[in-house]
Amino acid sequence: MIETQREHSAHAEHTELTRTAERADGTAGPAAATGRRAVVRDSLGVGVAVGLSGFAFGVTAAGSGISVAQACVLSLLVFTGASQFALVGALAAGGNPFTAAAGAFFLGTRNAFYGLRLSQLLALPRALRPLAAHWVIDETTAVALAQKDRPSARLGFAVTGLTLFVLWNLTTLLGALGAEAVGDTDAWGLDAAGPAVFLALLAPMLRSGTERAVAVLALVLGLGLLPVLPAGVPVLVAALAAPAVLFLEGRARTPKGARS
Amino acid sequence: MNVWIAIGVTVLGCYAVKLAGLLVPAGALERPAVRRLSALLPVALLAALTAQQTFSTGSALVLDARAAGLAAAGVALLLRAPFLVVVAAAVVVTAGVRALGG
Repeated sequence: MIETQREHSAHAEHTELTRTAERADGTAGPAAATGRRAVVRDSLGVGVAVGLSGFAFGVTAAGSGISVAQACVLSLLVFTGASQFALVGALAAGGNPFTAAAGAFFLGTRNAFYGLRLSQLLALPRALRPLAAHWVIDETTAVALAQKDRPSARLGFAVTGLTLFVLWNLTTLLGALGAEAVGDTDAWGLDAAGPAVFLALLAPMLRSGTERAVAVLALVLGLGLLPVLPAGVPVLVAALAAPAVLFLEGRARTPKGARS
Repeated sequence: MNVWIAIGVTVLGCYAVKLAGLLVPAGALERPAVRRLSALLPVALLAALTAQQTFSTGSALVLDARAAGLAAAGVALLLRAPFLVVVAAAVVVTAGVRALGG
């Protein structure tokens, strides 16, 4: 709810700024150039920082027993980090390919909601959308939404996407090759990279009590069911913590004070 | 072979949801309940995955050097360290604890 409200006000502010920028466009030549440079600088910053973490993926992938080629295909064609980490983790645990893919898929569904917001913001021609879709991820969305007009948003999306795509794939290859050369990746503590990446992605999401309740319930389900259910299934059951907490929250709101 | 099947399914599934967002008419996914669920789903999955990959080997629950590594990552996050520093902290501390025989 907090999220939605904030997004709405951000959107209102965005359209306001777009109008101002369009009015000023004819006269503000040098200012526009400075603006573009700032967009490119911010985009490169995000793209480089996150792109380098492909090392962690390459190393984790190789350490979990998949080949260098398979790690590279994942980074080239899946290109959404959390899903990639989840898939190699599930495969390492010996899960069936479909349950492993299901966990990765559910993590990727958030990209559909990013796409919804970007399609209004970027207003891309239909022919370009299948290409642009591949770059619809956390970071490109964050950079594009932070811009004050459509040209800047398009520029930010493109520069962040390109930088991240090139670096993520390059560092995946280097990480996977490096891990093969190192041999026992566990001795180097590299098996801790995957969970640390998940924790770093999770931490900023734990804004309110609802998020924390979902996380705790999912943690208990994920660990508690691990010894009794087939590999890969406990994560999927843990995902039910999200609708469960939403349902309980809704019930707690309606009959106020009716129970205990 | 199983690995390639899993990769193929993941590639298709993840691309399909990305494309759906760009092609679906606005409003179709805009219901508050759907938005709310989509924001909470990653929270549940990431929490379960973090816990499992830290505290288990196969289907057995274990407490080993990774727990110390994850604690280090947690401290780094609290100190607002950049992403790569968080991951490096986990790796270095895990390796250190293992080297000390933990």
